[in-house]
Amino acid sequence: MITVEQLARELGGEFLAGEAAKDREITGGYAGDLLSWVMGRAKEGDAWLTVMSNVNTIAVAVLADVACIVLCEGAALEPDARTRAGEQEVPVIGTALPVYEAAVRLGALL
Amino acid sequence: MEAIKVHYDVPGDDFTRAGEASGMLKRYLKKIGFAPDVIRKVSIAMYEAEINMVIHAHGGEIDGEITPEKISVTLRDQGPGIPDVDLAMQEGYSTAPDNVRSLGFGAGMGLPNIKKYTDEMKIETVLGKGTTVYFSVNAQ
Ligand SMILES: Nc1ncnc2c1ncn2[C@@H]1O[C@H](COP(=O)(O)OP(=O)(O)OP(=O)(O)O)[C@@H](O)[C@H]1O
Ligand SMILES: [Mg+2]
Repeated sequence: MITVEQLARELGGEFLAGEAAKDREITGGYAGDLLSWVMGRAKEGDAWLTVMSNVNTIAVAVLADVACIVLCEGAALEPDARTRAGEQEVPVIGTALPVYEAAVRLGALL
Repeated sequence: MEAIKVHYDVPGDDFTRAGEASGMLKRYLKKIGFAPDVIRKVSIAMYEAEINMVIHAHGGEIDGEITPEKISVTLRDQGPGIPDVDLAMQEGYSTAPDNVRSLGFGAGMGLPNIKKYTDEMKIETVLGKGTTVYFSVNAQ
């Protein structure tokens, strides 16, 4: 079993928001930036790898019930997205890794 | 048991607030105690329809009806209407403008997602008058 906190460590990442939910279990992964693809294809409990960092990203994460967002390529989290993620307790991990590299590391942990 | 009714007003063109109504209904269904997979289906379908109202139709109104057997949601807008519903239902078809594409919308997957996650879906639309999207998810 792997938690959001363990993934953050493995990616050399840091929590940009929602650290309160760092103990949530991750059961899979999904990578993508188009929100409706994520809505349709991501599974509950996935770690969602993306470079999209606006407030809609947080809304999608909440409604699709993913375990966390992994913001790759060092993308900055927009301020209102950070606020929303904190309110809704969506963990957002920031990492400098490219999406592919982050996915490879996630895959090795699952 | 009598059906529980809920109502939400959705302001148009405010992408930062879009999804709020879906979030509220999700929390409410959780409180009532519906199964997680039922809640997830309703949440995804409602978000897609809600965001469509904001992006394509300047907002609108949402009415929900909740019974132990099923959750039904009707979203009404007074936007431009949909000229060809069969085309709009196809995966990948989108008329989303560039400013919302840069936010991650415009894959043309919203309406197909509603279809995928609901047990019943209907679209009524009149050009120049507006669109009504209805869907329901069985809870048992
Ligand atoms: N409420 C609406 N009023 C007017 N047109 C709509 C409405 N909902 C959908 N449409 C039309 O149907 C098309 C397909 O909708 P759909 O939700 O599948 O994709 P999208 O909104 O363009 O992109 P995505 O949902 O993947 O972000 C839209 O691009 C738009 O032309
Ligand atoms: Mg859409």
